[in-house]
Amino acid sequence: MTTRLFGEPVPRREDPRLLTGRGRYLDDLGAGALEAAFVRSPHAHARILDIDVSAAIEVEGLVAIYTWEDLPEEVGAPLPLLIPHPALTHGRTARPLARDVVRHVGEPVVMVVARDRYLAEDACALIRVDYEPAEAVVGVETATRSARLVHDDVPGNVGAHLVQEVPSAAGLGAREAIDAAPHTLSFRLDIERSASMPLEGRGVYARWDADDRSLRIYSSTQTSTSVRMAVAARLGLPLTKVEVIAPDVGGGFGVKIVHPWPEEVLVPWAAMLLGREVKWTEDRREHFVSSAHERAQVQHVRVGFDDAGRVLGLDVTILHDHGAYTPYGIIVPIITATQLPGPYRIGAYRVEFSSVYTNTVQVTPYRGAGRPQAAFCMERTMDRIAAHLGLDRTAVREANFIQPDEFPYDQGLTFQDGRPLIYDSGDYPESLRMLKELIGWDSFGELRARAAAEGRRLGIGLGCYVEGTGVGPYEGGHVQITSDGRVHVSTGLTSQGQGHETAFAQIAAAELGVPLERVSVVTGDTRRFGYAVGTFASRAAVMSGNAIALACRRVREKALRIAADALEADPGDLEIVDGEVRVAGTPGVAVPLATVAVLANPLRYAFDAEAARATQFAGTPSPDRPPVAEGEEPGLEGRDYYSPVRSTFASGMHAAIVETDPLTAEIRVLRYAVVHDCGNLVNPMIVEGQIHGGVAQGVGGALYERMVYDEHGQLLNASFMDFLMPYVTEVPRIETAHLRTPSPLNPLGIKGAGEAGVIPVSAVIASAVEDAEGIRIDRMPISPSELFDLRRAAG
Amino acid sequence: MKPPPFEYHAPRSVAEAMEVLAAAGPEGKVLAGGQSLIPLLNMRLAAPGHLVDVNRLTGLDTVEVEPGGVRVGALARHARVERSAGAAAAQPLLRQALRLVAHPVIRNRGTVVGSLVHADPAAELPAVLALLGGSVRLARPGAVRDVPAAGFFTGPLESAAEPGELALSAFFPALGPRCGTAFHEVARRHGDYALAGVAALVRLDDGLRVTTARAVCVSAGPVPVVVDVTGHACADGWAAAARDVAKRVEPEDDIHASAAYRRHLTGVLAERALREAAASAAGDVGTRR
Repeated sequence: MTTRLFGEPVPRREDPRLLTGRGRYLDDLGAGALEAAFVRSPHAHARILDIDVSAAIEVEGLVAIYTWEDLPEEVGAPLPLLIPHPALTHGRTARPLARDVVRHVGEPVVMVVARDRYLAEDACALIRVDYEPAEAVVGVETATRSARLVHDDVPGNVGAHLVQEVPSAAGLGAREAIDAAPHTLSFRLDIERSASMPLEGRGVYARWDADDRSLRIYSSTQTSTSVRMAVAARLGLPLTKVEVIAPDVGGGFGVKIVHPWPEEVLVPWAAMLLGREVKWTEDRREHFVSSAHERAQVQHVRVGFDDAGRVLGLDVTILHDHGAYTPYGIIVPIITATQLPGPYRIGAYRVEFSSVYTNTVQVTPYRGAGRPQAAFCMERTMDRIAAHLGLDRTAVREANFIQPDEFPYDQGLTFQDGRPLIYDSGDYPESLRMLKELIGWDSFGELRARAAAEGRRLGIGLGCYVEGTGVGPYEGGHVQITSDGRVHVSTGLTSQGQGHETAFAQIAAAELGVPLERVSVVTGDTRRFGYAVGTFASRAAVMSGNAIALACRRVREKALRIAADALEADPGDLEIVDGEVRVAGTPGVAVPLATVAVLANPLRYAFDAEAARATQFAGTPSPDRPPVAEGEEPGLEGRDYYSPVRSTFASGMHAAIVETDPLTAEIRVLRYAVVHDCGNLVNPMIVEGQIHGGVAQGVGGALYERMVYDEHGQLLNASFMDFLMPYVTEVPRIETAHLRTPSPLNPLGIKGAGEAGVIPVSAVIASAVEDAEGIRIDRMPISPSELFDLRRAAG
Repeated sequence: MKPPPFEYHAPRSVAEAMEVLAAAGPEGKVLAGGQSLIPLLNMRLAAPGHLVDVNRLTGLDTVEVEPGGVRVGALARHARVERSAGAAAAQPLLRQALRLVAHPVIRNRGTVVGSLVHADPAAELPAVLALLGGSVRLARPGAVRDVPAAGFFTGPLESAAEPGELALSAFFPALGPRCGTAFHEVARRHGDYALAGVAALVRLDDGLRVTTARAVCVSAGPVPVVVDVTGHACADGWAAAARDVAKRVEPEDDIHASAAYRRHLTGVLAERALREAAASAAGDVGTRR
């Protein structure tokens, strides 16, 4: 029974706690702590002339005010550029507090610590900062053309430039292949900015123990282990004296993988300096202007193809808006460039991107991380080819698919992890067949005609993608069975609502043959596990899931070895069922894992009944051997790591039927279908939840969300009133089907699923709106007002 | 996003509330449902020196159906008015409009009178009061006055309520015989402020000829824009009347929609609202969208 836990739709064990207000988020902690607030730049680009804090000093309850000049060298230095790349020739990062120049609205300038947040904000309001404003650089095309510079020492505002080219089998370059092709098209595509927008913003709470000289930090982060290393380095503390804990985290979606944030350095530093607990909880306005955005790109596409729609050559030039800084390197445009070919065999491919600085909030990965832009580009291209040739859109895709017998398939590119981009498994023709059946692609014409007879306008669209998931370098798992029979699982990566308490417990319960209720899971706590990378890039299930499975196998092996001694049986004859080690086929000959755990520790004080009972199995230790034999350790526990040779590639195909109102131009998604392949499923209910959430964010990116900057670099919609995230009323019901092509790369055969839902949605909706309207859709998101304008332009 | 310092008052009687407000003068601000005021405070867009919380006052959470209409007390929440069968029977436009006001959670807290005093030209209730020709009752120590809707809305977020005055109630005239109403709007998301919205009131005579046709538009100018299209409706029909409404509004471009699109929407919605109101006046409820 227990072994069937893997793959079962077990209800999420964390949900009763999270859904009834018993979650313990950052702001639920540190009730008595001092609170920090920040004076942030109101200008997109300006020089700081003077900071006058004299009026603020009068605020009752004020504890401290810090400007850059107050920071020690290591604290005030520019924050790390986490992922350098040879093509990132002009990487730039911000200082925790601005020194002399601010480069986007929202950049922190002054930190205030007070008795509570109200007083801290009162003091902020009284601090006068004199700025000499400079002209702002907004928009990638302005940035490349303008003489104005975001960073004085970055000519042309270009931080990075990278070309990757994969010639055709015949050795033709993409441009030659396009020139030689029977048909060519060229066009431009635009995608606007959006952002992760977790329900809980960022937050840091630090406690300094002056006697122990140790620091405990709680951070709403996607990587507690790396925050720990970064803060220890900045503050000059031994790593062993810093603990970082990610409590319940109300969503991350990428923005919380960036580290250390200025506040993650400053708040612990202030806590040490003041000898007081200090907390900072980001508010929504801060999140809009002081964290990170993503998505914005302009793409120029040239494609050559034959009469069947087969792509002979594809040449894409991308202008990527990186905002003011590049703390996370150029991961986003690299992913766009390398994931663009999707499930297709492209004759010859050339991709070039320029990553450009603007006086806007920095750009770092947001769920999908460059892939929605890639899918938008590739899928719009497929639709254009179909329209040009008068072919069905699915036929063009079929003509280009990599076939099931071609795996492993080498796209010839270098992926985000610096390793070759080789697809491990998949079945794209079957995925499309399933999608067409699920959405009713072939019978849509009748549906459209019936609607048209009622004066309604329908359209159908689709989009495909391949997603590299489970990037390395590693994750680890630790599993301990204690003498009460409980199984304690820990892994270093963090949780932001993914359901790890359930999914990881399912893996452990299945591997160990114990009931799920006996398994508990701890994530993101450096006291329990010190080595980890983090939860991003659809990697948690693949990385920690496999690491936990491997750790469980070590524990299982040890348990069988010990039980074999106790039962005087051969380990090969033993099985673990319902938490008992049994001799297979011999009822009644069994020992509970609780007892095995006691036996695993030669120290047998009879603390509990289990320990007392265990002594009867202990036998007589050989007086000539040490109680803990060579090569053994006391206790029934195991630790192991999973480190993949390269990423595993999940895939999916989405289709939608939309209705556009002929009069009001409102766009409504009537049906949304998803066929998803993430290999073996640990918990199909959790996977579907991930898809639902991803599609919801995709609908936001396609129809609602954008960051509206004016030419002065002011963000005009920095609130939930004007930045439109879809409500549940705007998200369609999502129909899903699963295809399973297990990954050959990892023991569990799984692929990542966290980002899947969001990736092709803009491409799918654009395809469907275009189909409904007969008007080309080249930029997303699209609003009713814009559709109205497009209709008028089309006459 | 924490409010600046203010002095908090929680008066126990209307008389005490009026005294506190009078003393506070321009520095005083009334807190009822708080659905607009609290965000303004937290974003430090408003910084009143005195906040007068009227939620403890008794006798103001009333919805009274009088012979001529519905009187809504200052502490009657949207949800309560929305669910009042008597109010809906006397003036159906109230319920039609309230269903379009934000979300249930906001309607559970926000007040009808608070929305009127806030005077947001994008909001539904000021438009309703303007279309129906209702009034708002304002009080200060020793003086009570009723201000008709036509004079109440003076600009975006500006009303005739003066510093030191407390809005006690609002009066919405009842629907007359052979009258019908409707409210249509388009919002970016369910419950958002409308990109465009039109409420209509149509009165017919015994021969089912139009004797009055009026529309009011939200998000169409600094105050609710009431357009009388009786003449158009009689001469050229609802489509022409709707075109006239669309011509009379002064929408602006913003980040959500262009002025041209809002004007277009206003025309589309005006025709829908006028037709539905007329059908309702004629007793034909089957044409509701």
